[in-house]
Amino acid sequence: MSDAVVSSSNGQSTQPAHTARSWLSRALDSDVFYSFRRSKLTMVAAAITVLFFLLAIFASVLAVQNPFDPAQLQLINSRISPLWTADGQSPFLLGTDEQGRDVFSAILYGMRISLAVGVAGVIFAGALGIALGLIAGYFGGAVDGVIMRIADVQLTFPAILIALLVNGIAKSILGNRLDATSMLFVLVISIGLSFWVGYARTVRGSVMVEKNKDYVAAAQLIGLPAPKIMLRHVLPNTMGPILVIATINLALAIITEATLSFLGVGLPDTMPSLGTLIRIGNNYLFAGEWWIVAFPGLALAALILSINLLGDWLRDALNPKLR
Amino acid sequence: MLAFTLRRAVQAIGVMFAVGIIAFSMFRFAGDPVNQIVSIDTSAAEREVVRKSLGLDDPVPVQFVRYFADAAQFKFGVSYQFRQPVSALLSERMPATLELAICATVFAMVFGILMGVYSALKRDTVLAKLFQAVSLIGISLPTFLIGILLIYLFAVTLGWLPSFGRGEVVKLGWWTTGLLTLSGLKALIMPSITLGLFQMTLIMRLVRAEMLEVLRTDYIRFARARGLTTRAIHFGHALKNTLIPVITVAGLQFGSVIAFSIITETVFQWPGMGLLFVQAVQNVDIPIMAAYLLMVSLIFVTINLVVDILYTVVDPRLRATVGRAT
Repeated sequence: MSDAVVSSSNGQSTQPAHTARSWLSRALDSDVFYSFRRSKLTMVAAAITVLFFLLAIFASVLAVQNPFDPAQLQLINSRISPLWTADGQSPFLLGTDEQGRDVFSAILYGMRISLAVGVAGVIFAGALGIALGLIAGYFGGAVDGVIMRIADVQLTFPAILIALLVNGIAKSILGNRLDATSMLFVLVISIGLSFWVGYARTVRGSVMVEKNKDYVAAAQLIGLPAPKIMLRHVLPNTMGPILVIATINLALAIITEATLSFLGVGLPDTMPSLGTLIRIGNNYLFAGEWWIVAFPGLALAALILSINLLGDWLRDALNPKLR
Repeated sequence: MLAFTLRRAVQAIGVMFAVGIIAFSMFRFAGDPVNQIVSIDTSAAEREVVRKSLGLDDPVPVQFVRYFADAAQFKFGVSYQFRQPVSALLSERMPATLELAICATVFAMVFGILMGVYSALKRDTVLAKLFQAVSLIGISLPTFLIGILLIYLFAVTLGWLPSFGRGEVVKLGWWTTGLLTLSGLKALIMPSITLGLFQMTLIMRLVRAEMLEVLRTDYIRFARARGLTTRAIHFGHALKNTLIPVITVAGLQFGSVIAFSIITETVFQWPGMGLLFVQAVQNVDIPIMAAYLLMVSLIFVTINLVVDILYTVVDPRLRATVGRAT
């Protein structure tokens, strides 16, 4: 990672003559892209992440069967080991589980759900955290005090505990009306409520610095309303650190969803995420059918590691102190 | 100093009060407690009797005060799924969780400090690079995957260690311990490693960073100039000074260890509070959830309070800034 911090001398800010060029060529000429190209590990991580996103998006095209459609599952195909082992059968590349479900197809669909919940959770946490951070930082005083005390208290508790509690409360309120689809929303809300603090604290800190600058005073003088100043003028200046938090939080959100599903309080077997697949596969470990749990586990680990590496790189690349 | 301690104590009580309100609201408003106790064909009149006997027809503030007073005496009501008092269930399971958390912390401290010191002193060796890679993976991998991997290696493939439960336990009064039997000790190994791995990587990174920092300071250079042995400098002078933040982090992390034992206990079917809590969430057993929340919050708040106060005792500079701020 050490070479990621070396910066280029021809950054966009030093060449005002080029501001008229297209967005793409400016992006390719930026410091961030330069440091990206200098780090092989980051490029591998980015490639894996993009690959996983593509696999998830095109799951229905790439999978040999729809693992959620009982009509496509045949018990005669159950518990087939991976293709390269002695008992392997085509087209089941990574083997099948006890219901004759192709593990590779299940991973593709599971990845889709894991990524969807992760991304939605990050967006929800980000929206909530940014809004509260902006309000706390811009108005200060008692509002700031209340929001930040709540954040402090929440920060002392691990996110997984809060996600479990929100999950349990949602379940008891919804009762029997809770099906797989509404479980998706419960998970997104649990994750969002567990991770908003990071955004709120960062945004609040940046806003408190920014709001004393001349451009904010100018905006106030010409009579712009507070929400407009916050969203259009202050917020864009705080986006760098938010991007870093969002990347690292995506990995955390995916881990949290997988953990909840593994614990049996997340997505049900009828709509399995990677975590659910690992929980199901774990039951067959003692029977020697390792592939049912190993490949979803491997996919989850590779996904999280790649996103974490990207987050680490982004943090260094956007940190002006390291340039 | 006294004022600072008092203010921190008041803050801690405030946090507990807020958590208490959340626990009470869960208990009272998330689903009707009466429905959980009576069967489906109970008549409305009988339901009213149950409601009265539980005091659910009193004004909400009265109920809240009663809930708080009961909670202060560790009375948390009756579990919906087990039909037993929650406090009995919790106290029965607490030794298992505390034992696991302590073993995990000891494991994390010992190996974290050893690996951290080694990778700071011999920065460019293959082993130190390996430790760094392992720590990155340790931070990235979800706990339950590490647990499953260990079970597959040491229980399924090699058959050396048990994959679930506590093994044989010895009763010492109300406390049960697995530390005194061979099967109990064997059963502790994998859960402790699984639970402690994250803290271990945290401590390792911290010790490494602190050691590198301390080794650059003047007093280490002076110690070298005085002709002290390398060993005395590294362990007598450098390591000792890195231990203060390490112990703080380990102390603050102890609460997280207890919370994260939820996952480890599920993987290894460890009969502790965490497993009880997960089962409670699965079965919407609100009294257990509320009680667990209160218990864990109490542990968190106490640890934070003690660490804060100890900090000002250890570091007088902190006391000065606190005094100036008021």
